[in-house]
Amino acid sequence: MHVIHFTTLVWMGSFVAGFLGSLTGLGGGVVIVPLLTLGFGVDIRYAVGASLVSVIATSSGAAAAYVKEGYSNIRIGMFLEIATSIGALFGAFLATIVSTQAIGVVFGAVLLYSAYQSVRTMRESPCGEGDPRDPIATRLKMHGTYPTAQGLKTYCVQAVPTGFGLMFGAGTLSGLLGIGSGAVKVIAMDQAMRIPFKVSTTTSNFMIGVTAAASAGVYLSRGYIDPGLAMPVMLGVLAGSMLGARYLMVARTRVLRAIFAAVIAALAIEMIYNSLAMGRP
Amino acid sequence: MKAESMTREKQRWSDQRVEQIIGNLLRAGVIIAAAICLAGGVLYLVSYGHQPVNYHAFRSEPSDLRSVPGIFADAFALHSRGLMQLGLLLLILTPVVRVAFSIFAFALEHDRMYVVITSIVLGLLIFSLMGG
Repeated sequence: MHVIHFTTLVWMGSFVAGFLGSLTGLGGGVVIVPLLTLGFGVDIRYAVGASLVSVIATSSGAAAAYVKEGYSNIRIGMFLEIATSIGALFGAFLATIVSTQAIGVVFGAVLLYSAYQSVRTMRESPCGEGDPRDPIATRLKMHGTYPTAQGLKTYCVQAVPTGFGLMFGAGTLSGLLGIGSGAVKVIAMDQAMRIPFKVSTTTSNFMIGVTAAASAGVYLSRGYIDPGLAMPVMLGVLAGSMLGARYLMVARTRVLRAIFAAVIAALAIEMIYNSLAMGRP
Repeated sequence: MKAESMTREKQRWSDQRVEQIIGNLLRAGVIIAAAICLAGGVLYLVSYGHQPVNYHAFRSEPSDLRSVPGIFADAFALHSRGLMQLGLLLLILTPVVRVAFSIFAFALEHDRMYVVITSIVLGLLIFSLMGG
């Protein structure tokens, strides 16, 4: 294949990935790596490098829109970012010593989990007025309020050490696989720390960009970011996700989510199979 | 208790105003980075469009595309790959700039604890950009 064909096809694939990713809220990053490795035969380290850059583009590009909604909690995000950044550096280091087959298998497993996470209905149990508060969270001024139909509602934060530990894991996966690892961030913030959904999703958007930047630096200096590949990926994902955000209101996301989750699950199984059977993700 | 919730309210709103400004700056940064990448991409397709691609085998990028000064030198020489890499580098820097701004914002609020926390995060990001 020639550069011009390759670039055009990669751009189109990334555009579709970004569009569906933003429409369903699953993020375009999760399908970029399987698209490049399975579809175009790209080495997984180049694919991860290109995917990381596109994750940063969507996170930074959407920041203004998220802030406007008034849900994100910069203090929670910044504190947990210590854990995800250290994890991301560790993950980027792991990527240089672990075999590409192993990365492929871990990637498949995380994809399967993300697909499952996106279709199951989550029960929200935010920590409210009467609940006991984690003294660490109080000291770190993490409790806050968020706008609801009935006016501002207070929420509190629990289990900061558990959340911090899970965030290290999320950062490691992000650095190793080049994804935002929103699925793990959701468990940490919704389930362990009991932060309301809207606060955790918008805070997570902020964190995803910083986490990805922490590992992207290492990828860049190790020579894993190829401009000829990352350029069409980044521009495609960015354009697709901007268009997706515009159609968010009118789309029937439930059906779309189910379809996208099925696609992700199929890609996951193919990645695991390829890595195990052919020794190449 | 009431006074506490009022200060928290004030804190939240000033946080949000600063965040809104930062959010707009970030969007501008993304647009500039994407434009540089696109310009480099057009140049790249014009000069290398008909060459075969090979991403099957991994070989590290040349050293000038791996370091910040090297990328700037290549981009200013209008090398297509250098220009694209400069766009990607600027993109990687947007969250770094965001964290740096947050230190400033916390300092304005005299929140020493969060100035320290945010500085740790900035330190980790800079460490990563220096090559880990």
